[in-house]
Amino acid sequence: MLCVTLETTKARQWPLSGPSLALNAPNPHRLPSTVAREDEHLLVAAAKRGDASAFEELVSRYEKKIFRLTMNITRNREDAEDAMQDAFLKSYAHLKDFQEDSRFYTWLVRIAANEALMRLRKRRPNQFSLDEPIEGDEEMMPRELEDWGPSPEQRFAQTEMHEILSEVIDKLEPDFRVVFVLRDVEELSTEETAKTLGISIPAVKSRLLRARLKLRQKLNRYFRQGATN
Amino acid sequence: MNCKSVIREVSNYLDGELELAAKQELEHHLEHCGDCKMVVDQTKLTVDIFCDSEPVELPVDVKSRLHEALRRKFSEKGN
Repeated sequence: MLCVTLETTKARQWPLSGPSLALNAPNPHRLPSTVAREDEHLLVAAAKRGDASAFEELVSRYEKKIFRLTMNITRNREDAEDAMQDAFLKSYAHLKDFQEDSRFYTWLVRIAANEALMRLRKRRPNQFSLDEPIEGDEEMMPRELEDWGPSPEQRFAQTEMHEILSEVIDKLEPDFRVVFVLRDVEELSTEETAKTLGISIPAVKSRLLRARLKLRQKLNRYFRQGATN
Repeated sequence: MNCKSVIREVSNYLDGELELAAKQELEHHLEHCGDCKMVVDQTKLTVDIFCDSEPVELPVDVKSRLHEALRRKFSEKGN
């Protein structure tokens, strides 16, 4: 049905704003990024043929997630907005080069991550380097082991949880943060993350391990039983 | 497998990338070490919480600037 619409109705308007289909679903749990929305390739095909409204639908669908990505990498609102905008503009300009050997969203994430990293490097030239070796094992050993209770994720309202996650990720060093964001938030594979960042697979794994352990430790302050915030 | 080795392998374990023998050794350690079990469980929960978090709404001004820029690009391409 959608296919027919895409093929024949040039004057059709995609919803230009408002919540995406996923948000209207009864279960607001987000789709794993590995699950392609069925019509994504149709929208991409229509956009490649020059259908601007199809491209705008793709933007509406992913703008929140791409803004979250660029915010998570840059931790700066202005840079995040610029990086997101440039990522969408570049993806539109280079859409014909997209080979469709991965999801459109994965391709978009890689473009947006590069835009965000460029701005992060510019703003923090001496604080961010993925080439630097990381410390030894000792600092990895967890401290502050306390029971988090049965389900900490249910003890906090959604907005409160957003604030906690934003605060802990903000305190994570950028070279650990970008790897964590690409692997565990955007669910890129280890290989895709390595390719996006231009580092080796062992370097991705090593940074990911440290990022996860550091975030666990930072969350302990909020999630331990009896913690007051 | 000792505690240090378990911590070193937490990520590989959670990602299902451990060889069967190493996985069994790690799980055997977890049966007897409450501290390591707590670290593994809490690290898994940390990943799950971030992975499942919904992005916040895009601020209205950011959204309108983005779509204005797109429409300018569309009209450039159309001309």
